[in-house]
Amino acid sequence: MATASTASDKHISLSRVLGPAHVWALGVGIVLVGEYTGWNFSSDKGGALAALIICWVVGLLYTSVAMIDSEVTSTVAAAGGQYAQAKHIVGPLMAFNVALYLVFAYTMLEVSNAIVVADIVKAYQGEGFGDWHYRGVIATVIIVLAALNYRGVLMTLNLNLVITAIAFLAIIILFFSVQPWSQGTVLKLGQMVTPENALPYGWIGVIAGFHWGIWYYLGIEGTTQAAEEVRSPARSLPYGTMAGMITLIIGASLTWYICASLLPWQYLGYTFFPLFDAGRLTGNGGLEVLMFAATVLAATASANGCINDAARAWFSLGRDRYIPQWFSAVHPKYRTPYRSIIFLVPIALAFAFTANLGQAITFSILSGVLHYTFMSLNIMAFRNKWPLGSIRRGYTHPFHPLPAIVLFILCVVTFFAIFLGYGAQLTAMVVFYIIMSLWFHFYRYQYVKRGDQFTMPWPRPKGY
Amino acid sequence: MWMTIANIGWAISAVLALWMLYDWYKTDSSYSEETLTSSREGEIEAITEKHKM
Repeated sequence: MATASTASDKHISLSRVLGPAHVWALGVGIVLVGEYTGWNFSSDKGGALAALIICWVVGLLYTSVAMIDSEVTSTVAAAGGQYAQAKHIVGPLMAFNVALYLVFAYTMLEVSNAIVVADIVKAYQGEGFGDWHYRGVIATVIIVLAALNYRGVLMTLNLNLVITAIAFLAIIILFFSVQPWSQGTVLKLGQMVTPENALPYGWIGVIAGFHWGIWYYLGIEGTTQAAEEVRSPARSLPYGTMAGMITLIIGASLTWYICASLLPWQYLGYTFFPLFDAGRLTGNGGLEVLMFAATVLAATASANGCINDAARAWFSLGRDRYIPQWFSAVHPKYRTPYRSIIFLVPIALAFAFTANLGQAITFSILSGVLHYTFMSLNIMAFRNKWPLGSIRRGYTHPFHPLPAIVLFILCVVTFFAIFLGYGAQLTAMVVFYIIMSLWFHFYRYQYVKRGDQFTMPWPRPKGY
Repeated sequence: MWMTIANIGWAISAVLALWMLYDWYKTDSSYSEETLTSSREGEIEAITEKHKM
């Protein structure tokens, strides 16, 4: 106990060691798995051309998210990201809900990633790969990455930087390997996507496909969770997030072009691993192995980033006593929210061992879209309460309020798409958030130190 | 090969899970709760940003 006496008056906080490249690795790392699996189910809903339309329209949604997020986070630089934003700009109840959206979105995405790795290994191995081995892969992904996150954020995101770069590079290598400059040699876009099958279900198919189109970019807003651990949040977060969006729009467009040129739209909407299948269809053994490895790496990078982000959102809730303060402990040596990291491990394992991929992804998408809807309203309130010039912003997004309006409209369209395919889950999720809100309002809020939760040294908001 | 890797994965997961639990116990018993939960939001803001225009 000698340490206790010397450390009793010591102040412990998260470690500020990250730069813009780590922010990029966190955001793109979480998202890039969406190019390897998930986006292609939008082809099942609306055809291959619908998947392309959605790629760009949902790209608009996420560009709005990235711009809005960059402005607010460069001002509210705190772990918890959008949770801290909601607390200061809207209020505690909204913040509590936003934190739940974040924890659910990232934990379910982590679960989905672990299932994706197990699924592709099972598909690659074939016969004899039983439940024991399948669950072994899931447990390895979740526990090894949790231990890495426990050990320190710098090492965690250094790893993400390397494996995300390899996974992105694999798409570029595949793209140039199939000779995109010479349609007909390997790629056959003209035969795969024809005027007759481009939009087999018309425009309602395009709208229905929005549900899965979210996977092209789901999680880029996770960059903000690193706000308290980057050396210069006002500079690093906007740079990292915007560079991430540019990377993803390029990656998504190339992915669609390769896959739609090699796979019939019906199969594209059915397969779990479109890029891996595209690699196999080239007949090149090296490309097949590369795309298999890249799928595993992309899912691993995503799970890694999700553990990082979910733990920080949970940690932030504890720090404000929205949940027991016990969760807000920071490891004195590794400077990580270690109790939050450990607490979320059995939850992720329980879902990964029992849920199927479709359910886990849908819960993640639902929480994500609820969160984006909040962001469109939040930026309006932020600009109204603290107009330009009243506080220092690291980044000011252009064309306000156009991005907020575009974001809100596209979120409404996505909710409708989710309702078409997963109405029961949508209803169940909304009921869950209503019950949690009632619990927070009528029970938990009495434990919150109300004056302590607002920490930003901002001037009084306009009109107050 | 992948079945062997999955078995090794189980073993590594068990070791790392035990390590986290041990380290968690060791940390909690070596430091006071006040110290461990001393992190505060907005410390960066308080140090580097004054929000004065």
